[in-house]
Parts: sequence; C-alpha cells; structure tokens
Amino acid sequence: MTCTEFLAMLDDMIDDSVVAAETRAEVEQHLHKCGHCEVVLNTTRKTIEIYRSHQIYELPYEVNERLHTAIMARCKAKRC
Amino acid sequence: MSTIQSIAGENEHPDVALVERVRRGDVSAYDTLVRKYERQIFRIAQHITQNREDAQDVMQDAFLKAYEKLDQFQGNAKFYTWLVRIAVNESLMRLRKRRSGKMVSIDEDLETDEGTVPRDLADWAPDPEQNYSSAELADILRRTIQGLPRGFRVVFALRDVEGLSTEETAEALGLSVPAVKSRLLRARLQLRERLSRYFHRRTRAAQRTPRKSGVET
Repeated sequence: MTCTEFLAMLDDMIDDSVVAAETRAEVEQHLHKCGHCEVVLNTTRKTIEIYRSHQIYELPYEVNERLHTAIMARCKAKRC
Repeated sequence: MSTIQSIAGENEHPDVALVERVRRGDVSAYDTLVRKYERQIFRIAQHITQNREDAQDVMQDAFLKAYEKLDQFQGNAKFYTWLVRIAVNESLMRLRKRRSGKMVSIDEDLETDEGTVPRDLADWAPDPEQNYSSAELADILRRTIQGLPRGFRVVFALRDVEGLSTEETAEALGLSVPAVKSRLLRARLQLRERLSRYFHRRTRAAQRTPRKSGVET
C-alpha cells in the first residue's frame, strides 16, 4: 500500500468502516513502516476529538431561555 | 391507549411520537422537541453564517418554519435531519440578505487544493490542548474552522461535531453521499493541517519561550 492509497482510506479508518480484514491488515502494515501516515491518522483523529469535546459556539443559559420562550410564543400565536 | 402507543412505538425514534402529538395540537410536545435540538440548530447556523445575531435569528425562524410545515414532514426521514435542512436553508437565506440578494450556496470557494496532501507531518504533543487556556483554545478552534470554505465547514460540523451520519448529512445539505465523503476528507485534512501549527510538539527552545506572545504562525 502506498501513502496515496492510505490517504484514500483515511476516513474509513477514522470512522471504523474498513470491513475487509485483508484491507485492514494492509493498512496496519503500511502504518507500521510509514511514520508520516501514522502521524496523519493520529492527528486527524485528534482534530475531530478536540472539536467534538470543545463546543465553540454555545449560547449563555439566559440567552437560550429567552430565545426558547420567543420560539414557543411565536408557535402558539400561529396556532390561534 | 397508552399501552397501545408504547407497543407500537417500541422500535420507533422517540421524536415520532412527539411529532404526532404536535400534529394533534399538543404544543407542549413541540416545546420538548425545541428544547432537545435548539443548541445544535444554533451551532449549525453559526457555522454557516459566522454571525451570532444571524444564528440566533435562524434558530428562531427554523423552529417556527418547521412548526408551520410539520404537515409536510414525511415520517421516512428523521425529524432532526429535516429540521437541520430547514436551518441550513434559513442560514443561506440570511447570508443572501446580507449580500443584498446575491445567490449564496454551500458550494462556494471549494476550488482549492489545500489539504488534499498533508504537508505538516510533525507529530503533536500528547494532549496538546492542555498547553492552552480554555479561552485560548476556543479562539484557536474558532479561527481555524472559520478559515475553511463554507462547503467544507458545514459538512465537518454536521458529520463530526453534531454526529449526523454521512447519509443524514447528505440529506440535510441536498448533496450526494460521495460529495459529502469527499468534502469531509478535505475538511478534516485542512483542519488537521491548520491545527498542526498550534499543536505540534514544541522544541526545547519553544518551551523556554513564554507563551504570552501567543501561538506560532
């Protein structure tokens, strides 16, 4: 397996959707001898993990409550 | 009656029963749905519009529109995916208004080779986020994702941050599954490349430098 072929499999590796055992073995073999691809795989995984665990757009509780109340008031008005 | 409902609903997504209650006139069931998804919808709108006020408006308008159009909602899609699609369209409309009517789509600025081939191959420090305060880290993460083309940013946000499946992301954005897959790979690689600047192992010289000066550029 070449680095380009590995890159094409990167998302499948990350999403754990490589089903063929043979392909998985080839990938593992490539990672064993290619430090660069190993870094790319690990740091891409870490990128996703960091964005998942640190929400960057959060509304303060009070603002969220105000918007929630406004949404429900508008919905109730539509019903009348 | 509740027994019959619970038997029928055993394998159903819990939203199905809530949607049905709203259709029958129970506004409190809609309150539950809004409560469940309002934060996600705000975040998605913010990823697309990059503007806090716009995202707040989109959040309100999307829930109102979903409420009005609930009769058009087909049970074969998840309510959440359908709602996200409405929020994406509302976000794009909001951007269009800001650009005085010019067409805006999620396909803009995708003609870039950036991120197709990884260039920064230095390993990251273990738990690199711990080298920054939470405010510094949030700033880095925001600036980094804001630099991505909208079409990559929104796919990453839906798929990797909000946890939609590839198929749901495709449905919410009106894209094909292969298009979502290709954008997701590019988005992940571009973000990785950009974050490498901040997160790779610091050299001894860098460790001696006070962090006050900020991050490396």
